[in-house]
Amino acid sequence: MDTRDTPEQAELRRSARQVARELGPATVADLDDGTRAKRLAVAVGEAGWLELRDDDVDGAPVASGVEAAIVADALGGAVADVAFTGPVLAADLARRAGVDPAAAAVVGFSPSLVEPGIVSGAETMTSLVAVDGAGHDGAVYALAPDGAGHRLVGVPIEGQPAESDGGSDLTRLLRVIPAGAPVRAVAGPARVLTADDLAAWTALGLALTSADLVGVMRGVLDVTVAYARERRQFGAPVGSFQAVQHLLAEARCLMDGSFSVALHASWAVDALEPEEALAAGRVAKAYCARAAKTVCEAAIQVHGGIGNTWECLAHVYLRRGLLSTQWFGDDGRQLRELGRERLGVGDGLP
Amino acid sequence: MDFRDSSREAEFRARLRAWLVDNNPGLPPSSTDDEYWARQAEWHTALYDAGFFGLSWPERYGGHDLPAVFDVILDEELAAAGAPPRPSLGYLVQGITVHAGDAIKDRFLPGIISGRDRWCQGFSEPDAGSDLASLRTTATRDGDDFVVNGHKIWTSYSDVADWCFLLARTDLAVPKHKGLSLLAVPMGQPGVEQRPLRMINGITSEFGQVLFDGARTPVTNMIGEPGEGWRVAMTILDHEREPAELGYVARYAKTVKELEATVRADPGSFRSDQHQAVAWAHVQAEMLRLHVCRRLSERLDGVEHGPGGSVDKLLMTWVEQGVGSAALAVAGASAATDADDVALKIYLYSRAQSVMGGTSQIQKNIVATRVLGLPTA
Repeated sequence: MDTRDTPEQAELRRSARQVARELGPATVADLDDGTRAKRLAVAVGEAGWLELRDDDVDGAPVASGVEAAIVADALGGAVADVAFTGPVLAADLARRAGVDPAAAAVVGFSPSLVEPGIVSGAETMTSLVAVDGAGHDGAVYALAPDGAGHRLVGVPIEGQPAESDGGSDLTRLLRVIPAGAPVRAVAGPARVLTADDLAAWTALGLALTSADLVGVMRGVLDVTVAYARERRQFGAPVGSFQAVQHLLAEARCLMDGSFSVALHASWAVDALEPEEALAAGRVAKAYCARAAKTVCEAAIQVHGGIGNTWECLAHVYLRRGLLSTQWFGDDGRQLRELGRERLGVGDGLP
Repeated sequence: MDFRDSSREAEFRARLRAWLVDNNPGLPPSSTDDEYWARQAEWHTALYDAGFFGLSWPERYGGHDLPAVFDVILDEELAAAGAPPRPSLGYLVQGITVHAGDAIKDRFLPGIISGRDRWCQGFSEPDAGSDLASLRTTATRDGDDFVVNGHKIWTSYSDVADWCFLLARTDLAVPKHKGLSLLAVPMGQPGVEQRPLRMINGITSEFGQVLFDGARTPVTNMIGEPGEGWRVAMTILDHEREPAELGYVARYAKTVKELEATVRADPGSFRSDQHQAVAWAHVQAEMLRLHVCRRLSERLDGVEHGPGGSVDKLLMTWVEQGVGSAALAVAGASAATDADDVALKIYLYSRAQSVMGGTSQIQKNIVATRVLGLPTA
């Protein structure tokens, strides 16, 4: 066992954090700077990060879940307003189904955000939510039942009225495709996706959303510790007061523990059997989701009145964390699934 | 990055697993029963004789010179087999290794590692808890001996110890942190009296207090230099705060496994909040196991121990107390109607984790100022 980054992974971590820091928003006002956001998107594209889970050779991905999680962590840490996890998950699903990754940009999720939308028939019966999907025309992927498994299908975004321009996360926009959208076949020599395929893919989704949450915690903690050193009350920096110090110390511990558990989940995606990888992802997501909520709330508290104003970055982190938490299911959902598997308890709900 | 066993690690794991089939003593969980403490020495010796103790310590002193990740394998297999955790002595070994000369190392380390000699740690006093440096136990030079007078408390294993690793004041003329030295003091002498303390969960054989009244120890039993005691104590506490040193991960995993088995046997008799409490305990125990894997892997780079140990101690404390609360939740009314309920004892024992080895409040002070770099008031 050696859980350290390889030299290549360490270099990727360094360069991804550098790109995210230099081109991500330094202030809330920066979120309106389209030129900067465009440069960030170009940098992410040119680095090849969106292709990390594409088919490299014989169905194997270009890079493992670890590399994808390293980038997700870096982007979360800078609340980077760029599409990454959505396109990478779409490419991973396309690779497993043996279809051209260019067929769709992102996956359309059920309104709960927990699993991909399931469609049967010629039109969608419920709405689909595409995370990281704004600005992408073309289609989103959905699943259609096919024997014991599922077939990948496409639902065009183009021509659909957008119900919403975006969700609560100010850095990753949502596109909602209302029910009644046409369902189309996707090009390529498609394979039926098995339960194992979807378990391994879900494990990747849990690992990447967990890594994003770890980044969110690290980033918001950096911002908040810096503020606590500067902001003075009673003639001293507020960070010198024990009550404030203890909030931040707890946050630091939660971030550290989350990193350990998210690292394992990202490694498990390709190294363990699908069911084991899925269990590792659920453990990571349950821990990281609870931790991120506590850490972001502490960050807002330490910022005081400023922390409750729109111009403070702390709520940008919190909002990003809320989306990453719900995507593939929050901590309560993961605990229920773990309970089913480990305790043999089911509550009859989906 | 690889969480999997190397071939050498896999071979070790298989050998250990096979040994445990025939050699698991089936002791109760350490936190709940005096029987565990009574038979801990036996368990230590059995592990040592079979080559499964002191894995990462020098061969010269009876260890195996293996990377620290082997300790993780040991802890995992002990938990999987439902065996007791390994005795936690790493911090003593580290303190002596870092600060003592070769003569002291040769004299004391083999006995500590093999379990031949039992040790306790005499740091806290009735009036020196979190403010450890204000301690008042004195060691006064008298010829070739030091003469020790004072009162130590919350001393683990004092009832069975052959030696006390004693922090005492040897110089009254200098500021409080500078007048302390570390001495090995033999327990079996007329000037040493040991009194057991009864813990809130009822066990009497883990904690004690020790009264020194003219006890003697040769000056050659000093560990480190005169006045170096505070630094030795800090080295020990930094290590004592690391779950990797303590091997407690196995204890938590074992409790979670037992809770899961209880619920699985009759899921319908437990409420959904009890199911969730057990699932969350599993998540926490897994987090700590993986965190220890990462910390021990970092040591392959020669990463220094230091204030990061306080981060680990806080995580460990939350996990132990989270698991304790889950045990209480699953037990339901029996924790209130049966004074001998195991879950009650596990829960009550868990409350000590946020005090022993430095309170959680002290750990947070350390994380805030030395890890996050926040200013001191």
